[in-house]
Amino acid sequence: MAQLTRRSANLLKPFSASVSATRHLTTSDTTPITVETSLPFTGHKIEPPSRSVETTPKELLSFFRDMALMRRMEIAADSLYKAKLIRGFCHLYDGQEAVSVGMEAAITKKDCIITAYRDHCIFLGRGGTLLETFAELMGRKDGCSKGKGGSMHFYKKDSGFYGGHGIVGAQVPLGCGLAFAQKYSKDENVTFAMYGDGAANQGQLFEALNMSALWDLPAILVCENNHYGMGTAEWRAAKSPAYYKRGDYAPGLKVDGMDALAVKQACKFAKEHALKNGPIILEMDTYRYHGHSMSDPGSTYRTRDEISGIRQERDPIERIKKLILSHDLATEKELKDYEKEVRKEVDEAIAKAKECALPDSSELFTNVYKKGFGVESFGADRKELRAVLP
Amino acid sequence: MWLCSPLIHSYSSTSLSSRHRPNRHNPPPSPPPHPLTPPPRSSFSVKVACLIDLSSNLEVHCIERKTSFFFIHCDGSLTSGLNLRNSRSARLSTNAVATKQDNVTASTASKPGVTNVDETPPSKPIGNILEALREGLEEEMERDPRVCVMGEDVGHYGGSYKVTKGLATKYGDLRVLDTPIAENSFTGMAIGAAMTGLRPIVEGMNMGFLLLAFNQISNNCGMLHYTSGGQFKIPIVIRGPGGVGRQLGAEHSQRLESYFQSIPGIQMVACSTPYNAKGLMKAAIRSDNPVILFEHVLLYNLKERIPDEEYVLNLEEAEMVRPGEHVTILTYSRMRYHVMQAAKTLVNKGYDPEVIDIRSLKPFDLYTIGNSVKKTHRVVIVEECMRTGGIGASLTASINENFHDYLDAPIVCLSSQDVPTPYAGTLEEWTVVQPAQIVAAVEQLCR
Repeated sequence: MAQLTRRSANLLKPFSASVSATRHLTTSDTTPITVETSLPFTGHKIEPPSRSVETTPKELLSFFRDMALMRRMEIAADSLYKAKLIRGFCHLYDGQEAVSVGMEAAITKKDCIITAYRDHCIFLGRGGTLLETFAELMGRKDGCSKGKGGSMHFYKKDSGFYGGHGIVGAQVPLGCGLAFAQKYSKDENVTFAMYGDGAANQGQLFEALNMSALWDLPAILVCENNHYGMGTAEWRAAKSPAYYKRGDYAPGLKVDGMDALAVKQACKFAKEHALKNGPIILEMDTYRYHGHSMSDPGSTYRTRDEISGIRQERDPIERIKKLILSHDLATEKELKDYEKEVRKEVDEAIAKAKECALPDSSELFTNVYKKGFGVESFGADRKELRAVLP
Repeated sequence: MWLCSPLIHSYSSTSLSSRHRPNRHNPPPSPPPHPLTPPPRSSFSVKVACLIDLSSNLEVHCIERKTSFFFIHCDGSLTSGLNLRNSRSARLSTNAVATKQDNVTASTASKPGVTNVDETPPSKPIGNILEALREGLEEEMERDPRVCVMGEDVGHYGGSYKVTKGLATKYGDLRVLDTPIAENSFTGMAIGAAMTGLRPIVEGMNMGFLLLAFNQISNNCGMLHYTSGGQFKIPIVIRGPGGVGRQLGAEHSQRLESYFQSIPGIQMVACSTPYNAKGLMKAAIRSDNPVILFEHVLLYNLKERIPDEEYVLNLEEAEMVRPGEHVTILTYSRMRYHVMQAAKTLVNKGYDPEVIDIRSLKPFDLYTIGNSVKKTHRVVIVEECMRTGGIGASLTASINENFHDYLDAPIVCLSSQDVPTPYAGTLEEWTVVQPAQIVAAVEQLCR
């Protein structure tokens, strides 16, 4: 009986939370609003799309909701790391949320995204839940990779999110492989292979771009240029920091990555282009507030003034907030309340993730091989099925 | 029905832990065998029958041939000395002799033990490893539209070693893809394509070039299934010729088995005959795990009869090449032929080596190897890998760990020297293990 009431109480709690969180900030209003992006697009060997973006109140509010959730999640991950619940490497995405939400608004779940290790928010954007995120970060078995991947290995196959990769630049050839498979199966989808300004100097990118251009693969290479490759500023690492021009024969587009609507416009444009003409490079001019990872304070190679300056002038959430307020889609108080709700939601998810179990020790040997064609490594007598690799 | 020699008797006996085994000095307990006469027509007919009996000082009664040998088992099955049908495999298999002599003993049997050479001549022409690989590849591409090939010059050129000849005209440019010289990224592309469900086969023009793709093979290919918690599988096959060729130089004579063997999540197999090349190729393509198939540059033109029927071999099984009593010789790829050459000399000198082609380099088939060790109690490993950290080194450790009690002497591991392969022919010959060294090692071990 006590268990029944406890369970029903649990059932009611998230329901009420979700109702209160979304009650203020959902609308089914789809009257088009035309907004100008902050900056015009710059094109390389291509005619850039127009600065005016069509959006709707529904979309703007969803942008705000998603970005607020992402921001809150990253900050919570920060405190969890400092509390030693998250170990190893933790690369945070706050400041760059606009890239993820803008891209999601322009594409479907059938299009593939592949990125490097700064993948928490992109995972959320692709449909991952907070519980899966925090459980994976804390190494619990309810995580999206059963606790065996960690911060850098988030994947979601059913919504086309291919990770989550630790080695800088290695995901770009994989992304071109995804595009190859899309061309092979003739489904009209594209792949967004994301990488950073540091990875832009990897040779395998140029190799992959060459092959994609050669075979007209629907691959879109997205360089999230946050101007620092760990501690090295872009002007110290790249002779030509115009990453959108690096493709030479492949067209490129430079986008203000802190403006979600600009990102959306660029991604939509890129998708149409890639399906017809082959690869295109998008450079998202963005910024990360945290250091490269949690072990990097982020202030030894840049000034605090620079960080706070960008936070004041170009913060993606502030921009959307201003748009919402100027179009009277919600009041300031509603937005603040929503942020509080989000904070609560994230805290709840963390609490629930903390209660999740650690993976069983037998999980050490699962998923090493896929069962098929008898991958059973028998012991010496064939009686002992030593390390069955299921 | 038969007077089985003690040799055969102990082979088919189940008391494998018995430490007594006949050799030159201990006479066997049972009476010496008679030279065999051809059996009555009802069971099987053979044209040649030979029996090697060590106790009778090598009276080899050979009607038609002097250099090969056969064992007639107590249950009436015939096995040739060079290629024993692996009785554990339930699939159709052909016993074929990979030598230049007249192939009277080639037998296509639909059930093990019954051979009727006169009545069922094999209908398949003799093919070499290249053709075997191509057949396997083509059959799999026909069977599953998701199978595709990527590599340098595999398409229009037909493959640098002509393994993919004719496939591009048949299946199109996208399915047999000519890539630019960018191993790192086209291996990465193949892995990305595999994540979505395609089954690519990556050809390294020479295995050594795959070193450039090591990051992709190790991190993405081997580990993705694990780090994604089982969400993605990578059914990729990476293949290519490796090994020491004819004066190809240091960089083109590399043996990468040792570098790849520690990567968790991949499987490695090495083919050595046309029969197992085709079978392993098909098995590798059908496997849902990443498989690296090691071929050898010098073996591509080796001819053998390939069965007509479709067959797939087990990726984790070793092949018993020649059963024996005195010493277990474990080998793979090209060294198998050096070992068989040495085996001829050894047999003439009175030894009875058991030769096993381990085929599966990761994981090792410890069952077959273990049974052999329990029988012979001495092991020689002959490999082409380097001395330091090679496949032989791992195998030595594995056997020591598991079968220490059954060993009478330390394991002898003959491997290539730890030097870059020189260009000069004589020097190159001395970097790899030669049959004379194998004979000397066995003699030393069985002293």
